[in-house]
Amino acid sequence: MNLQILLFVILSLIAAVSSVMMITRRNAVMSALFLILNFFALAGLYLLLNAQFIAVVQIIVYAGAIMVLFLFVIMLLRTDNEPSILNNNKSLKYFAIALGAFVFIQVAYLISYGRPSRKLTPNEELSVKVGTIQNIGKELYTNYFIPFEVAGFLLLAATIGAIILAKKKFE
Amino acid sequence: MSSIPIEYYLILSAFMFIVGVIGVLIRRNAIVVFMCIELMLNSANLALVTFSSYLGNPVGQVFVFFVMTVAAAEAAVGLAIIIAIFRNKMTVNIDEINIFKW
Repeated sequence: MNLQILLFVILSLIAAVSSVMMITRRNAVMSALFLILNFFALAGLYLLLNAQFIAVVQIIVYAGAIMVLFLFVIMLLRTDNEPSILNNNKSLKYFAIALGAFVFIQVAYLISYGRPSRKLTPNEELSVKVGTIQNIGKELYTNYFIPFEVAGFLLLAATIGAIILAKKKFE
Repeated sequence: MSSIPIEYYLILSAFMFIVGVIGVLIRRNAIVVFMCIELMLNSANLALVTFSSYLGNPVGQVFVFFVMTVAAAEAAVGLAIIIAIFRNKMTVNIDEINIFKW
């Protein structure tokens, strides 16, 4: 058993278990903490896939910025614990879980036993070269320059929108 | 990476997406529903990075970058909307926020 498989098993187990824990905790703060754990496990998986830049951005942007914003809002608002996840609307929720399990089994069956049109053969050297900051940055500033600028504009619009929405009065 | 089949990553991604969908359907706290949407975005990111890495093509990782930008913008605006709703209704329970229902 080599190290890569061991790391993959550990990280994917952490990711799967923490995602399930996240939707079953009654306290919103616990949900947020499990989601942060899930993001760290995903960053580890990205490193395993040789995507260094995305792994670092995952930790800085998701686990750092976005989840701090979520925790801040959860603690700002007085939100009481949900009584129990499966308390009211019981049949509807069991139906949702059964439907989700059914769809997951279908997708997993297709991924495992479907006939792919081409077999992907992993190329270690190529994927190491692809995931570097230099390569991603070159791609962002040449072929994807206009989407990059639009993303900056989107962030500006979101900032202004958040300020307007959170203001006390509309005048 | 060379020894792990691509199917394992895709099944993990599918599992996380389904968990996010179930969370959106069964949770009643609007902020937690938002976090479940973030979980679904992340599972899509995992599939994109997996394909990008196995194909040796950087476009998948560029798209993950854009997905993260959109997720950050969505979190900022969405949480501002939730704060505005809380200021008016004093609750974030999505069963009690039904003024558009008829």
